[in-house]
Amino acid sequence: MENLVLILSKADNIPIVMMLLLFGFFTWLWWREAQKNDALIGAGRYGELQAEGKDRIFTWPYLVRNEFLAAILLMVILTVWSIVLDAPLEAPANPAKTPNPSKAPWYFLGLQEMLVYFDPWIAGVIFPTLIIVGLMAIPYMDRNPKGNGYYTWEQRKFAISTFLFGFFVLWIILIFVGTFLRGPGWNFFMPWANWDPHKVVAMVNVDLHQYFGIRNSVVAFFFGGFVVSAYFATGVIYYYWKKNTEFVKKLGAARFGVMAFLFLSMMGLPIKMVLRWTLNIQYIWVTPWFNI
Amino acid sequence: MQAFFNKMKDSVTKTQVWKSMFRHGYEDTPRNRYLQVLDNVWLHLHPTRIPRHGAYIRFTWCMGGITFLLFLVTAVTGVLLMFYYRPTAEYAFNDMKYLEFDVPFGMFLRNMHRWAAHGMVIAVWLHMFRVFLTGSYKPPREFNWVVGVILLTVTLLLSFTGYLLPWDQLSIWAVTVGTNMARATPLLGHEGPFGPELGMRPDNDVRFVLLGGTQVGPPTLLRFYVLHCIFFPLFLAVFIAVHFWRVRKDGGISGPL
Repeated sequence: MENLVLILSKADNIPIVMMLLLFGFFTWLWWREAQKNDALIGAGRYGELQAEGKDRIFTWPYLVRNEFLAAILLMVILTVWSIVLDAPLEAPANPAKTPNPSKAPWYFLGLQEMLVYFDPWIAGVIFPTLIIVGLMAIPYMDRNPKGNGYYTWEQRKFAISTFLFGFFVLWIILIFVGTFLRGPGWNFFMPWANWDPHKVVAMVNVDLHQYFGIRNSVVAFFFGGFVVSAYFATGVIYYYWKKNTEFVKKLGAARFGVMAFLFLSMMGLPIKMVLRWTLNIQYIWVTPWFNI
Repeated sequence: MQAFFNKMKDSVTKTQVWKSMFRHGYEDTPRNRYLQVLDNVWLHLHPTRIPRHGAYIRFTWCMGGITFLLFLVTAVTGVLLMFYYRPTAEYAFNDMKYLEFDVPFGMFLRNMHRWAAHGMVIAVWLHMFRVFLTGSYKPPREFNWVVGVILLTVTLLLSFTGYLLPWDQLSIWAVTVGTNMARATPLLGHEGPFGPELGMRPDNDVRFVLLGGTQVGPPTLLRFYVLHCIFFPLFLAVFIAVHFWRVRKDGGISGPL
């Protein structure tokens, strides 16, 4: 436990603790506002919401005043923070002395945590690229005209739950795990455990094809390729299955394809995590050039 | 007494110099409220009137503005830090010690730069969170969301390149871990899928370009310094301009349609 307190109180980790609190607060605030609006809309009083949005006020003083107060408050917080807490400075850079564990800056620890489950070319290159591209693609994939300009939950359940899952579970929680629960050798340590650099971890991971008794690497190659293709093919199957629903019709084939690919790629991470925890799966698809 | 103060005031505000700087008075009239915003180079980023909820902190969370303010703080403190810091392996770490122990308010300056940078990362995430939850990326604001994602990425890159500059164990190894990913880039990294087949080696792949060497060394320090102090801030400033411009052009703050 002292170990956790020690990591928590490291100057560089204070922002993470602050971030967790802030995200908790703002999620609550969103939920409160969404409940209010949903109740209003549910009662058929969307017009009132609209009317409120049409109501104009002067920027000076009503907005400028708030901005000014926010700026002053923020500068006070920042000043106190900078007086009380010193930025870390460790020993001079030494390329011959690798610290254990070596960690990326905290905002990238989610990506570093993904390295446990995927090889660097996926966790370090493909996933970051897909995150950026996927975020950019959101406005072009979301065809739901409702919930534009006000907090809601009822009208955008799929969009919001997907975003919250990706943001909280696959980004914020992974940052938390990477920062606070990963010790020497990037081994997992419970918060109350001491970081033992000599912790013994059994190497029991196997590849998926080994579960099926496949020993030949060529057969394993085609087997793994089939499994991965089949996973992404579920998107195609879903498309033909739900072809006549409002949701798929509105999207069209191209949009649906992009969305299904991004969604399945995202869900690949939690699926692989669960497979690792339950079946000790190392790789799904082993090839001479890359492993997935 | 009153007359005396009024006379004093007039002797300042009725001069040609004063009038050349401040075009209108301060009387609380609707006309002046418009002019306060229109005539001010900083405030004219705003429309003169906004929807009522645009001034509610429970709606905007104020996070876009806070992100921008924190960017300005890092820019100002960053320029001051540049006076004392030399981006070479010989001097960088010593200059950090110099800032800490010798430069008046040096440590305060560095602290403020670092905490504002961390705060900016959090604020930009919260801003994205708010914009998503209000559905403000929906038409006609799709493109501004894309610009926002670019700004978010550049914010992280700015923070990451700055992380190396103290040139201590923390920074060099964090950046080593981060940039090691580049060697696994498909096609372009020497450990990435089909990289070796395309002739990628540790001394010619994309990571080599990024680091200016095969490991994080003095050339990397200079490279990250230039990226951190010149390239990314300018890049960010350009896209901030586009972002703010588009907020106005796409109809101001979002609201129920």
